[in-house]
Amino acid sequence: MSHNAVVIGGNRIPFAKSNGPYADASNHDMLTAALDGLVARYGLSGARMGEVAAGAVLKHPSDFNLTREAVLSSALAANTPACDLQQACGTGLETTVYIANKIALGQIDSGISGGVDSTSDAPITVSDPLRRILLKASAARSAADRMKAFAQVRPRHLAPKAPSVTEPRTGLSMGEHQALTTEAWGITREEQDTIAEASHHKLAQAWEDGFFDDLVTPYLGVARDAILRPDTSVEKLAKLKPVFGGPQGTMTAGNSTALSDGAATVLLASEEWAKEHNQPILARIVDAEVAAVDHPGGADLLLGPVAAAGRMLARQGLTLDDFALVEIHEAFASTVATTLKAWNDEDYCRGLGLDGALGTIDPSILNVTGSSLAAGHPFAATGARIVPTLAKLLQERGPGSRGLISMCAAGGQGVVAILEAV
Amino acid sequence: MSILEKTFTSAPGRAISRKAGLKDPPRLRRGRTWPSGAIIHGTIGDGSLVADTLHLLGRAVEEPVVDAGTDAPGYGQKIGALVVDATELTSISQLERLRALLRPAVRGIERSGRIIIVAREDHDGWEAAAAARALDGINRTVAKELRGGATSTLVWVAGDTTASDLLTTLGFALQGRSAFVDGQAWKVASTATKIDDLVTAPLAGRTVIVTGAARGIGAQIARVVARDGAEVIAVDIPPAGEQLAAVANEVGGIAIQLDITQADAGAVLAQHVAQRGRGLHGIVHNAGITRDKMLVNTDTARWESVLEVNLAAQMRINEVLLDPDTDGGLDDGGRIVGVASTSGLAGNKGQTNYAASKAGVAGLVIAMSSDLASREITVNAVAPGFIETEMTGKIPFVQREIFRRSNSLDQGGRPVDVAETISYLLDPGSQAVTGQVIRVCGQNLVGA
Ligand SMILES: NC(=O)c1ccc[n+]([C@@H]2O[C@H](COP(=O)([O-])OP(=O)(O)OC[C@H]3O[C@@H](n4cnc5c(N)ncnc54)[C@H](O)[C@@H]3O)[C@@H](O)[C@H]2O)c1
Repeated sequence: MSHNAVVIGGNRIPFAKSNGPYADASNHDMLTAALDGLVARYGLSGARMGEVAAGAVLKHPSDFNLTREAVLSSALAANTPACDLQQACGTGLETTVYIANKIALGQIDSGISGGVDSTSDAPITVSDPLRRILLKASAARSAADRMKAFAQVRPRHLAPKAPSVTEPRTGLSMGEHQALTTEAWGITREEQDTIAEASHHKLAQAWEDGFFDDLVTPYLGVARDAILRPDTSVEKLAKLKPVFGGPQGTMTAGNSTALSDGAATVLLASEEWAKEHNQPILARIVDAEVAAVDHPGGADLLLGPVAAAGRMLARQGLTLDDFALVEIHEAFASTVATTLKAWNDEDYCRGLGLDGALGTIDPSILNVTGSSLAAGHPFAATGARIVPTLAKLLQERGPGSRGLISMCAAGGQGVVAILEAV
Repeated sequence: MSILEKTFTSAPGRAISRKAGLKDPPRLRRGRTWPSGAIIHGTIGDGSLVADTLHLLGRAVEEPVVDAGTDAPGYGQKIGALVVDATELTSISQLERLRALLRPAVRGIERSGRIIIVAREDHDGWEAAAAARALDGINRTVAKELRGGATSTLVWVAGDTTASDLLTTLGFALQGRSAFVDGQAWKVASTATKIDDLVTAPLAGRTVIVTGAARGIGAQIARVVARDGAEVIAVDIPPAGEQLAAVANEVGGIAIQLDITQADAGAVLAQHVAQRGRGLHGIVHNAGITRDKMLVNTDTARWESVLEVNLAAQMRINEVLLDPDTDGGLDDGGRIVGVASTSGLAGNKGQTNYAASKAGVAGLVIAMSSDLASREITVNAVAPGFIETEMTGKIPFVQREIFRRSNSLDQGGRPVDVAETISYLLDPGSQAVTGQVIRVCGQNLVGA
């Protein structure tokens, strides 16, 4: 038996810069806050939900059951099960797909997806030699053996290892990868800065209009996205020095996402459950697809969404013209520009095994309330930021309006999904 | 806490202040609790309204001790309350009977005990009117003379007010819920309502909107109406969302981040109610702000923001919720409760804008109540005096201590005292109470 999995709504905390207002908040704290805001908005205090799925990209080992622990700290019923899922920057969308699929299969009738990340409270680990010495010491049977083990510690062992976001197989950071892509696809500095400016202006306008009043709950005294700069401009952005791609590079701190802290959640249910519980229905989850590219073999790291979108649209018999709105996660301004270019590149698309180019979209339907450049990008949270935002926008546009989500992720992956207003 | 406040509240500080005549304020009886001593039933004439109501309330009553004129007989042990049925009072000479009932009772009443006088509001002839008005002076004075947290209340009734009509009011006045309502008089009219019991969860299955619910008095209103069974829709401005969510989750309600001054605020609220599909029993307009300045320094911005939030916004919201075409509007038989302020009723230096808005709330309640009577919607307000909240906690200590002590109960009220009064007004059983402004002020020295 198959059910319609629908988006009822969402809640997130405002996103903020790394080591900013949430410097002392853990992933557990932020995810709990995002869940509690969702519970309050939809009157779910004490309710048992089918399942909660969330994840974090940077996770402490002690957070092995992060989501379940956050559920226990939240106002949800303690007998709500939960699991941790992680698919790099696609996590918040992948958890949504996971919950939606369970709903569609009738395994659960309601659930919450989400994601959280803190680059302030990132797990710091010890160096490998020190780890080996510590393990030896704790396994030692006598005090003398333990002392012998400790005697091997050298000062260089003590330097902590911060987690890095470099690709293990190429040794390149994500920005360095994207700089290669940016250059290969001929994306200009101005194109990127224009995307960044638009992101800030559109997000600022949406906040002004009260659009986020029922999507965001303040946290630790922060009431709005703290990275947002309403007064930024192409002129101001043009003054920034490149941070990726060498001195001639076009990618700056202004057109790349900032390291961010934040958490986001999505409330999902079967259409029947939503109606029975007098909950609003914004949109249904139509389909989703994940693709990966062979970046160790030289493919563009962040263009996974091209094959993913191509295969999903073909399966659905849809074209880009069928969409009222498109959300492309702004990992970098140039990811958006290259994704759009790649969608419209006949050879590139055929090379991926698709029937041809996907085509173009009207720029006015893209990221209409801004995206990650302005909002910030707490890795695992972003997908769960986009889903309710798009669902609400589609609902405003009327039943049948379709929206496409495209997210690139580390490891050469791309996650895409289609929503449709009910 | 300032150094002054710390010294004052420390043990030696308290000993000194006690010697100086500043007594520790009495601890008030609160909640759904009855007086512990006997409830004495006295009458002037042979009206049976009070006896019938006390019977419905399931309260055993005892005979009064009546003062014979010069001697002063006592009750032997402390009494819990004296309830006087003065519905047959018509002459000045009958007031002597009231004195004779009150004298032993005031002398023998327990801490947080109750003196309650029930009398007819409409009178035949000049003398009856004078005698009735005399009760008002007596009530206020007795309230001032009572000690140990005991209070006095005067309830006006109509000729055809029944025990059903009076039930929730007498229950409220006797119970600890009315702890900080002192020296007040309000009216219980007559309706077709038939209830014969005081229930503990009168709002069960009903939805109530509370504005300004993120903190202070509003948060407490949410808790008390939820305790009394209501499903709460808690409203506050988006920046207060974190606390609002905590309150909503605590009471099992829902949170709406909404500025009530928004043009579409009424429509947003109605849409949520319609979505929930359970109708709307009541709305409590608690959200309020102050922008204090002497009138000579009050500019348009200060004036308008206060009148917008405290008065105009709730009027616009009411209009939407009362429109029969609104899906998710207020049910017939529903409740509207405003929050005025003693500053509004009495005037307060530096608060022209606030006083205007809060007196306006009283005016609105009186005007709306008669217009909505045919739909059995009641409209009332509470007027808090000095209530201990985050807001009043910012007043400098000495001034705060003066405010606290300038009422008959020698202390500030608590948010729960305001909330209890509001929940009594929201009670479906309180159908006969409409167009009233009840002060929750411990009989503040200032004000009407
Ligand atoms: N505390 C007292 O002693 C006292 C005395 C008399 C009257 N009052 C009245 O009682 C009510 C509550 O007072 P309090 O002491 O709890 O104050 P408070 O300031 O602690 O709480 C008021 C709440 O109203 C909210 N609010 C303000 N403007 C709003 C708007 N435009 N839309 C939605 N919400 C808004 C605030 O965010 C706040 O959470 C107010 O109407 C106040 O005037 C209080």
